[in-house]
Amino acid sequence: MRRACGFRGALAFSAALPLSGCTGDLSALDPAGPFAAAVADLWWLMLAGAAAIFLLVLGLFLLLLFRPGSGRRVSPAGWIWIGGVAFPLATLVALVGHGLMRGEYILGLAAGGDPVEVEARGSMWHWDFRYSGGARASRGVLHIPVGRTVVVTATSGDVIHSFWAPRLGGKIDAIPGHAATVRILADRPGVYGGVCSEYCGAGHEGMVFEVHAHPPEAFEAVLAGLPDEGEAAR
Amino acid sequence: MTRRSPSSALRLHRELTAIWATPPGWGRLKAVNHTTIGKRFMLTALVFFAIGGVLAMLIRTQLATTQSAFLDAAAYAQVFTMHGVVMMFLFAIPFFEGLAMYLLPKMLGSRDLAFPRMSAYGYWCYLFGGTFLVGALLAGVAPAGGWFMYTPLSSATHAPGINADVWLLGITFVEISALSAAVEVLVSILKLRAPGMSLTRMPVFAWYMLIVAGMMLIGFPPLILGSILLEAERAFGLPFFDPVRGGDPLLWQHLFWLFGHPEVYIIFLPAAGVLSTVIPTLARRPLEGYEIVVAAVIAVAFLSFGLWVHHMYTVGIPHVALSFFSAASGLVAVPTGVQVFAWLATLAHGRPRFSVPMLHVFGFLFVFVLGGLTGVMLAMVPFDWQAHDTHFVVAHLHYVLVGGFVFPMLAAAYYWLPHIFGRQPVQHLSHAAFWTIFIGFNLTFFAMHLTGLRGMPRRISTYPPEAGWETLNLVSSMGGFVMTTGFALVALDLLLLAVFGKPFRRNPWRAGTLEWAMPTPPPAYAFASLPEVPARADRLDPDRLGPALAAGKGYLGATRHGWMEVLGVDMVSGRPEQLVVLPRRTSLPLWTALATGSVFALLLFKLYWLALPALLVVTALFLLWTRDCGLRTDLADLPVGHGPDLPHHYQSERPPSYWAMIFTLAADATLYASLLFGALFLWLSAPGWPPGLAIPLGAFTAAAVAAALAVAAVSVRSADGGTAGRLCVAALAYAAALVVLVAFLADIRGAAVRHAAVASVFAVTSYAVLHVAVGLVLSLFCVWRVGSGHVSARRDLDLRLARLWHMFTLVTGLAATAFPFVLNVLTGGAGP
Repeated sequence: MRRACGFRGALAFSAALPLSGCTGDLSALDPAGPFAAAVADLWWLMLAGAAAIFLLVLGLFLLLLFRPGSGRRVSPAGWIWIGGVAFPLATLVALVGHGLMRGEYILGLAAGGDPVEVEARGSMWHWDFRYSGGARASRGVLHIPVGRTVVVTATSGDVIHSFWAPRLGGKIDAIPGHAATVRILADRPGVYGGVCSEYCGAGHEGMVFEVHAHPPEAFEAVLAGLPDEGEAAR
Repeated sequence: MTRRSPSSALRLHRELTAIWATPPGWGRLKAVNHTTIGKRFMLTALVFFAIGGVLAMLIRTQLATTQSAFLDAAAYAQVFTMHGVVMMFLFAIPFFEGLAMYLLPKMLGSRDLAFPRMSAYGYWCYLFGGTFLVGALLAGVAPAGGWFMYTPLSSATHAPGINADVWLLGITFVEISALSAAVEVLVSILKLRAPGMSLTRMPVFAWYMLIVAGMMLIGFPPLILGSILLEAERAFGLPFFDPVRGGDPLLWQHLFWLFGHPEVYIIFLPAAGVLSTVIPTLARRPLEGYEIVVAAVIAVAFLSFGLWVHHMYTVGIPHVALSFFSAASGLVAVPTGVQVFAWLATLAHGRPRFSVPMLHVFGFLFVFVLGGLTGVMLAMVPFDWQAHDTHFVVAHLHYVLVGGFVFPMLAAAYYWLPHIFGRQPVQHLSHAAFWTIFIGFNLTFFAMHLTGLRGMPRRISTYPPEAGWETLNLVSSMGGFVMTTGFALVALDLLLLAVFGKPFRRNPWRAGTLEWAMPTPPPAYAFASLPEVPARADRLDPDRLGPALAAGKGYLGATRHGWMEVLGVDMVSGRPEQLVVLPRRTSLPLWTALATGSVFALLLFKLYWLALPALLVVTALFLLWTRDCGLRTDLADLPVGHGPDLPHHYQSERPPSYWAMIFTLAADATLYASLLFGALFLWLSAPGWPPGLAIPLGAFTAAAVAAALAVAAVSVRSADGGTAGRLCVAALAYAAALVVLVAFLADIRGAAVRHAAVASVFAVTSYAVLHVAVGLVLSLFCVWRVGSGHVSARRDLDLRLARLWHMFTLVTGLAATAFPFVLNVLTGGAGP
């Protein structure tokens, strides 16, 4: 996945922005699991399509401006119906359909398995994670097993926060009075960054966390070693 | 009545100027003329643009390096919040309002807008509201929760200072200005056009503004309602957004984005209207696909109200529901594509010439197409789960708003400044200024897409070195300063134009629209006589029309009684149907705006017992406006220079004020519908429902109020000898309803702070109280008007306007009395 990203990244940006790349433990372009990878792939696809459409429209504009008369062969109605209606409609139907399928995949409606359930509770300005209904807890570090889908239920006791571990999956808002879920999945062990991505007051930028992805057997051991909720908060 | 044939264009000019012009010195405070007010709006908006730009530079300075200590997190929060607030509410909307005010009467072949004093009032409200917000920033108490002010961060618990109140009250104050402008633009476009200008002959810019004004009428009330509810929660503890007491933070998001998304198109469409006007002139060919472009704009308007949830993909709404909004968000690219390709078709079949406005059209297309494409990306739900609330979104929205608004407005500036100043550009700096802005902009925001995808969230004030975002941020910051230099160059360029530009005779662009058929800079009365429009109004010949109109050969080519006269036409066909006599210049709008501002200031400082008398002062001042409106004797139809004689508007069936009342009530109804749906939303979605306490029903209240409103509504019928007596009956009925409703409010006040269900009943009842109180005032006002001789069988406009209000109050009041019962049934009937 990293190599594919690097190749396409170089393709897309190296000419314009030599500083681009896929480093950093928060980069959504450097996925470490299939959910983040599905979105990264969608991005590269859309980038290629967008670049083509952009060049087409700008090219037409400059052509018409600097080669007057070059667009006369197509009638005005032809310009509007082909360029303004048929073309975007066809592109959008394909893209919206594709995006919908990606979304269904990430939501795991097709996938079965045995997901791990954790609660991520945002408070000004830290994250508390609860496992097994509160019997185990940790603050600032979320422990997950490699290769198993993790369903994160985000809650909040004060203002709106948003749970986001970019390399593992999308984000979900932690809204007081609500409990919404997001699915993350790491396909190799490692330490991945996470941030709060909804502005939540003066300590917003400090509200970071880490996701530690452990091999399955190590995960059980780590979990067993965690304190319960009351101790973790201290 | 004397009608003199115009002896010369010069004499007519002198007579009209004496009637229409704004006097010098302190007299400027009395200005109501659309040219003057339009220029003031634009100039003030540019000052706020500069302030917003300085704030942007503070943001870029802060983010240029890692672990920056330039601003602390609290100051940074005020800076980024106010940057958004200033640019959206104090620059973009007022600027296009000013442009529309300046241009519309001239493009439509009229002499002014329908309610010149309302324009002046709107301007003063905007100026005071904006100054108030910027003053709060200087005092260090500016709002700090982001420009969309999500609750509970902006609720009293987490934002105890007055910062959030400054936002809620200041923005509501400015919104009054925007709503009054929307009503005025709608009525002016529909009623005050040149004879013969049917809807299908309107210049396309007027179509755009008509649709935009309609969107403002429907789009702004949800935000005003949200602001009122949040302020009520902060000030009085009514828990609409508090999940512990039956409220829901998501209610705020729905109300905000129900306004906030149409808002984006409300800002873009006037700019698109400019492009649809400027591109055909520069291509030397009328706009291709005029009808389909109008249809596309209407489609955008409808779609824009079905997209707001795409700002809320990450709040946990089911994916199937999101996919509907995703498809709608993508779909809006089609009508936008139609407009872009209509412009390309116009260029393809015209003979385009390259000029400074065309350079900015290029800037628009380059930047806006990129912004549109990233918009389609963000409309895809899974991608938004990653990109939402990152710098990718910041990049996207700047591409859309700068591309879709700033570049077209720069094109507009270079295109119409010759009209405003009567001088043509010197062009020494124009190209350099454009390229500096263009390169600076793309440096700043292109890099920012990548910053966001690499994980940088919005609104963080510092970031660690190991995040790897520093180089990209430094590029953005340098680009930002380059862009600022570009804007400084534009300012200098335009100043040079105003001072050293070459004067010209007429119509430098060889345009086919009416605004060029007048001397430049334009006289206060715009047209010395009004044209007859025989063709689509972007295919006219200003060079031939101008001299004829100046010589008084059109409609209304003479003065009488010192009246400010324009023609009112049939909305659809453009057939003249009434002579509209506009009110004279006055300083009342200024005083009324000052009084309105003092109400908001008193609310801000929680001096509620003083706010009530201040509100009465505002009401009294508004009533004073009517002193020189209307007629005391029946008039025969009046000659207008050509065609049949026309009635004075005060004696016509559907004068502009009638339509203004209809549109105001439409906005009012939208606010009410938002309130009722808000309550239903809480019932459906909020935690803590059904409420653990009884919903107060008040059967006696309901019966008494329903009876009183019915009495009031039927007592105000035709104008005859018994009118004053019947009006007094109506006033008494309203007074009775008011007493009963206020007693009910006092009764449920304690329960209203305990649960949002009761708070909703409180809010709906308060809405009824406000309408009953206005009904009472209107009844007494009509008694006064009957007494002062303004009412006869032929002059019953005041009564008819009031009757619209009475009917509206009857319907909404009945709904309000039924509301607790409905809520009681929905929540399982816990009520007494």
